[in-house]
Amino acid sequence: MSNQILVVVEHLKGNIEDITFEMLGKAKEISSSTGGELVALLMGSGADSMTSQLGVADKVIYVDDANLAEYNPQAYCKTVSAVVSSTQPKLVMIGNTSMGMDIAGGVSVDQNMPFIAYVSGISADGNTVTSSLYGGKMNVDSSASGDGCIVSVISGSFSADAGKADGSPNVETMAAPDLSNLTVHFKTLIEPEGGDVDITTQEILVSVGRGIQSDENLPMAEELAKKLGGAVSCSRPIVDSKWLAKTRQVGKSGLKVKPKLYLTLGISGAPEHIEGMKDADLIIAVNTDANAPIFDYAHYGVVQDIFDLIPALNEKL
Amino acid sequence: MNIIVPIKQVPDLVEELEINSSGTDLDREWLKMKLSEFDDHALEEALLIKDNQGANVTAIALASDDIDKALFAAAAKGADTLIKVTGVEGSSTHEAAKALANVISNMDYDIIMTGVQAVDDRDGQLAVLLAHYLKVPHVSVVTGVELSGNTVTVHKEYGGGMVAEFEGSTPLVLGIQAAKETPRYVPVAKVRRAMKSSTIDEVNAGELGVNSGSTVSKMYKPESGGGAEMIGGSAEEQANKIIEILTQKGIK
Repeated sequence: MSNQILVVVEHLKGNIEDITFEMLGKAKEISSSTGGELVALLMGSGADSMTSQLGVADKVIYVDDANLAEYNPQAYCKTVSAVVSSTQPKLVMIGNTSMGMDIAGGVSVDQNMPFIAYVSGISADGNTVTSSLYGGKMNVDSSASGDGCIVSVISGSFSADAGKADGSPNVETMAAPDLSNLTVHFKTLIEPEGGDVDITTQEILVSVGRGIQSDENLPMAEELAKKLGGAVSCSRPIVDSKWLAKTRQVGKSGLKVKPKLYLTLGISGAPEHIEGMKDADLIIAVNTDANAPIFDYAHYGVVQDIFDLIPALNEKL
Repeated sequence: MNIIVPIKQVPDLVEELEINSSGTDLDREWLKMKLSEFDDHALEEALLIKDNQGANVTAIALASDDIDKALFAAAAKGADTLIKVTGVEGSSTHEAAKALANVISNMDYDIIMTGVQAVDDRDGQLAVLLAHYLKVPHVSVVTGVELSGNTVTVHKEYGGGMVAEFEGSTPLVLGIQAAKETPRYVPVAKVRRAMKSSTIDEVNAGELGVNSGSTVSKMYKPESGGGAEMIGGSAEEQANKIIEILTQKGIK
């Protein structure tokens, strides 16, 4: 077992995703204290130009194969597994993203390596990791029992700037494992439909969550948003209930927003939602549960029934 | 078409969570449990396929305190077969996945659908672990499943509202993020009827030989890192204070 840290690079449409830089920055910090080598694993087809953005890494392992041109759960999982098997890293960092959620567990089973998910913190020696569980209501510190460990890192947990450096890291090309028998095939990428409102450009967002209880209660939130000169956005359950369009969803699988004001009404603040809004200039959270995780991220908190507070605001504005 | 839906109960996050005396897990004595919401979506997606084109839907779960009720509720919603897996000691997802793999590998199935994640799956998501123990292909974060013969077309959600379409063939394991429809509601009376008319088959998990591979040293509530400045008072007073803040910041 080496002292190496392996960071799996995530990219889409030719752009390296921020989660990669966030992991590289944290990995750099750990490798500086442990003296381990920091290796970035880049998979793709004709994607070698991206290596120049991975200057923070000591080395980039680049695997080029036509089957890796687009993200494919089967092909990527097999490739990461093959690289882990041959390099035996001490720590494998994968994003707790849509792609990472396909890969990390698969490598854990195939390589018989511990896997710790939902990681939001890692100790300086890389041995103790913090997972954010129970909708962000509990943190759990744990350590792998053996030598190697795979962690899946929640987006936004670490600074992306710390992982961004241009340069020409040492690039080692590695052949892909046999990917000729894939049974899952990428067909197409479907871009989000343009909505009536682009919530990413709104300066003021009134964001509703489960606490709104029914679509019949949406008009009072709409009224408040209108009075503040903004728009209504929401958390995942509201979209799953089809009360608002997908284009209004803030969070991991929705949109990232950074408005001047983000006013939450009945949003508890699960990590998936926090990912999308924690950089807003001013966050005011309203929730009946005084222990809701949203209050850890908000600048101002109000423990109140939203059906008492919204009418009061609407009347005064 | 045989669809297997592994389900489980998780703590209801609406309730206050307390930590046990050893400081490494929840105090489970008074914990209120409910069906994991993502499993509810997986079950719904399976039942939609059954409704639209016919399928045999099996709900399967590891034995736990409240699980019979959850399985009967699945039957009341439309699941045809109920299986309870016994003999699993540990609580890790690796153990759950291996136990389910042992049982499912003896069954006929085309698709396995389960929730994309759970609020307590610290050592990883069930779908992908189960798929790899079974050596069956897998796609997670799925929001739509279409079947045509043994061809399965799935929509997988990326960030930013982007969706990727993948095509696979049965057998396939899917981690369901959201069903195409809101999960159906089932009245208690119908669950009671299901308790009388349905049976739960019990199957032993057999040899596992796996665990999470990690040890929990501490569970704690996240520190309010800086945290919010709390605004007290009545709704009226709080509304006044919010408007004052907005005015100060030049927002209103």
